[in-house]
Amino acid sequence: MIWLGIDTANSPLSVAIVKDGELLIEESSMMKVNHSLRAMPAVEEVCRKTSISPSEIDAIAVSEGPGSYTGVRIGVTIAKTLAWTLGKPLYGVSSLKSLAMNGQLYNGLLCPLFDARRSNVYSAIYRMAGEELVSVMEDQHCALAELLEQLKEMKEPILFIGEDVKLHEQSIREQLGEQAKFASFAVNVPRASSVISLAMRAEQADSVHSFTPQYRRITEAEVNLVKKEPTNE
Amino acid sequence: MKKDHYILGIETSCDETAASVVKNGTEIVSSIVSSQIQQQKQFGGVVPEIASRLHVEQITLVIEEALREAEIVPKDLEAVAVTEGPGLVGALLIGVNAAKAFAFANQLPLIGVHHIAGHVYANQLMHPMEFPLLALIVSGGHTELVVMKSHGSFELIGETRDDAAGEAYDKVARVLGLPYPGGPQVDRLALESEQSIDFPRAWLEADSYDFSFSGLKSAVINYKHNIEQKGGQIDPQHVAAGFQQSVVDVLTVKTVKAAKQFDVKQVIAAGGVAANQGLRKSLTEALQKEGIPFYVPPIALCTDNAAMIAAAGYEMWKSGVRSDSTMNGRPGMPLKSWN
Repeated sequence: MIWLGIDTANSPLSVAIVKDGELLIEESSMMKVNHSLRAMPAVEEVCRKTSISPSEIDAIAVSEGPGSYTGVRIGVTIAKTLAWTLGKPLYGVSSLKSLAMNGQLYNGLLCPLFDARRSNVYSAIYRMAGEELVSVMEDQHCALAELLEQLKEMKEPILFIGEDVKLHEQSIREQLGEQAKFASFAVNVPRASSVISLAMRAEQADSVHSFTPQYRRITEAEVNLVKKEPTNE
Repeated sequence: MKKDHYILGIETSCDETAASVVKNGTEIVSSIVSSQIQQQKQFGGVVPEIASRLHVEQITLVIEEALREAEIVPKDLEAVAVTEGPGLVGALLIGVNAAKAFAFANQLPLIGVHHIAGHVYANQLMHPMEFPLLALIVSGGHTELVVMKSHGSFELIGETRDDAAGEAYDKVARVLGLPYPGGPQVDRLALESEQSIDFPRAWLEADSYDFSFSGLKSAVINYKHNIEQKGGQIDPQHVAAGFQQSVVDVLTVKTVKAAKQFDVKQVIAAGGVAANQGLRKSLTEALQKEGIPFYVPPIALCTDNAAMIAAAGYEMWKSGVRSDSTMNGRPGMPLKSWN
């Protein structure tokens, strides 16, 4: 069984191939380069280096968001097109959950986080229970201050994961003090192998055609439209 | 027997998700267009983020439908042609990445097509092109006069310096309180009207084939303000007719002048505004008088579609043009010759 995994949900890029439960190759980069330029070349490269032809791929796993709208869409578009045209199953995995996998050896709460600008973040809380990652707070788009307040009440050590954590490290330390733990940069890299590993335990997408990113946020245009709608009051 | 060559075309540069299979560059075997007009209408125009979200939802479905209707499997194809630019960047990226993934999965060559080259080649699906020819491209994003001396050779002789013709139509439609998309509504009102308000025409320098429509748009807005300040009300029909007359006059006069100067064998019109009845009539009459053949594709081929991308892609494929998987969506892509 050959799995192709893709994560382009934020500025890092990661692609991987897992064959019969073994990671054959994983290529990750934290460089802020356009995913549209390098995502497909990276997929082609991992296939070439492992001498796997596209038709040999048995399943495709993709990071479905949240994250950069454009980034998520590039990964999802590539994954659903491959899955559809190769006639193989597609699996969507939360970008936050797969990042949380980097903290699977940590005994405490895991808080993966992506910056969403204007003091907002995409974040969630997970913890390991046996060999499984379980959700404590589901993926959401929220104000950082709000997230920190919720975390403070949990009164447990929390490991923050993600390359955007450094943008907010000061606020996090101020709010949470010793409760907050920070990991090495080595743990901040999203890994397509984690996307595959989670996909292996997940349900496949019902329909490849209707598979869409999990933005966790409606567009500004839709927000404004709701504001404009007259109320009956 | 000569082998038939099939090209898959994909187009997502604005608010239509489209895929098509074209045979030998001239025959449409299938052409699927999923329009977002219904969803975008509530916003009064195309919201780029919404456009991108809808493209992701539609893309594989539309490609599958195009192949199914054509009764073609990927191995029957010679190449995948996709709109590389110009257009909305987030929208372009969906088509580009789907095309790259499809080409890789099926080991097919990939060809990046310029959207305007596509509009021009929509004509090849109706009549063989004869060179030299003059193309007038008019749409929501473009107003251009292009001379072609052979396949794949484009010489831009004039373009808009501000608003595209279709953009002016949409803005004037909004001023008149018409629903989106406004162009066809203005056209309809203008055709029904028996009177028209006299609005200015921007001819620019005597030897220029460039266009300018922002002054005309302002003139319409000022006219409305003046009347309303005096407590009056404008007649939308008369305004639409006057505006349309002004746009059509400038487009027709410059097109005929260029056709004569470059001694072309045919004139073709392309783009969404080429669906405008007033413009089609005016160009047909003016060019007939000069004895220059004029072609404009049926309306479904004037608005955005993927058959035109496949048609242009076929000529590029024949000329050996190929893209690779580093292709990006290029919102400001210039029109360049490939021959």
